[in-house]
Amino acid sequence: MNAQLQFRNLTLGYDRHPAVHHLSGEIKSGALIAVVGPNGAGKSTLFKGVVGALKPLSGEISRAGIDPHEIAYLPQAAEIDRTFPINVYDMVAMGLWRQAGIFGGIGKDAKKKIGGAIGAVGLTGFESRAIGTLSGGQLQRMLFARLLLQDARIVVLDEPFTAIDAKSTLDLLDIVRRWHGEQRTVLAALHDIDLVKANFPETLLLAREKVAWGATAEVLTPENLTRARHMCEAFDEEAAACAA
Amino acid sequence: MIYETLIAPFQEFEFMRRALVGVCALALGAGPIGVFLMLRRMSLVGDAMAHAILPGAAIGFLISGLNLYAMTAGGLIAGFVVALLAGLIARVTELKEDASLAVFFLISLAVGVTIVSMKGTNIDLLHFLFGNVLALDNQTLALIAVNASITLVALAVIYRPLVIECVDPNYLRSVSRVGATAHLAFMALVVINLVSGFQALGTLLGVGIMMVPAAIGRFWARDISAMILIAAGTGMLSGYGGLVLSFHSGVPSGPAVILVAAGLYAASVLFGRVGGVLRHLIPQRHLEA
Repeated sequence: MNAQLQFRNLTLGYDRHPAVHHLSGEIKSGALIAVVGPNGAGKSTLFKGVVGALKPLSGEISRAGIDPHEIAYLPQAAEIDRTFPINVYDMVAMGLWRQAGIFGGIGKDAKKKIGGAIGAVGLTGFESRAIGTLSGGQLQRMLFARLLLQDARIVVLDEPFTAIDAKSTLDLLDIVRRWHGEQRTVLAALHDIDLVKANFPETLLLAREKVAWGATAEVLTPENLTRARHMCEAFDEEAAACAA
Repeated sequence: MIYETLIAPFQEFEFMRRALVGVCALALGAGPIGVFLMLRRMSLVGDAMAHAILPGAAIGFLISGLNLYAMTAGGLIAGFVVALLAGLIARVTELKEDASLAVFFLISLAVGVTIVSMKGTNIDLLHFLFGNVLALDNQTLALIAVNASITLVALAVIYRPLVIECVDPNYLRSVSRVGATAHLAFMALVVINLVSGFQALGTLLGVGIMMVPAAIGRFWARDISAMILIAAGTGMLSGYGGLVLSFHSGVPSGPAVILVAAGLYAASVLFGRVGGVLRHLIPQRHLEA
């Protein structure tokens, strides 16, 4: 298997303060990898770097020829204006942006795909509901339907199951497994260690720096988790420039 | 009686017909723009931009008097400069776009009024601030019509990215780069519509025919295309009603147009199908599912 994503001495951060520090490694094409770490560990920052929303402070990310805009990305706190007058169907249909673009029509095939995606997340019957009327779980299902339509080689999910009930989590996990079965590369930031152990073969344990990276069972040991918890410290406003 | 009140003024007087055509064209372009401004929570940005146009138009006035082209060009340039500068400052500094716009429009307003009062009379100043819809000449009418046409065509072109950018800006950014372009194009449309509105209703009231109909639309429709239709429609209705009111009562025409729109707005707040006050007050039995 070829590498789909490579990090070479990657440092990402804000205002020169690193949030992800000197990370190196590669993610194989078709990998299903969990990114675990305490709050402030740099998980979201890493994902922003992967999808090209944040430029590295140093080092680089290579994506094996994939344009960052072709990556399907579910941000942690989707800045969705839920009062906006738009229904579930139209919202999901946005997933076809790469095919349809600004002007492209939505033909019969596309309509079938949209219906299929809405069905796959269990929202059939909600098509004409305004997005403001959805519960948190339903909203997340809708966003997964949109990710499905994006049909991307790389899928990046930032805490997709936070504040989602067990039933919805299971349903959405099925979709993650389906992506894995289709040889797509899936990265997910997660806090539920048991869920990671049960579903994700590979894990990156992050605490601004890489704590451990490899097979999930070997990474998520009590010692590693304790180490990760201690490594996350606040920014030091007076920090000197990093020599490494 | 009905004929004499509602139709005769337009049949008898050419200036009334011109005014009617002018406000209808204005409402047709400004209504949809207002809906998008409202949905992007930029309702007051329209107001700010309108003030920003003033110094440009005033400089045009200073150079060549009440000349349509000079004032329009001045207004367009000033509007674009302020929109770009405010956006730029918001992007490169910590200041939010609304705050930086507020700063710019206050500066612009001060500069504009200073320039007009340096050369013109108080009547000129009134013309600037409140316009004169009853004195639209052919050139001005053509300008308003062209601006409305550009607006509708351009909105159709950028509609999809604009909607996505309103609901879920992060998503648009993650799949495409067109968001910024669409936003700029949209701000340009705001500016040309304000320049149109400026000719008919003046800097202060021109925004009225943009924002009030949009707010009305919010009370009657749940989806955006219906909102746009309602906004354009009520804008035209306000224009017509305002002209009739002004003809019979002697109220200045610009304020009359906005007053009629305000009346429709008040009625919508009370009786609106979507979130109107009466809906809240009259208890309805809840549904089974």
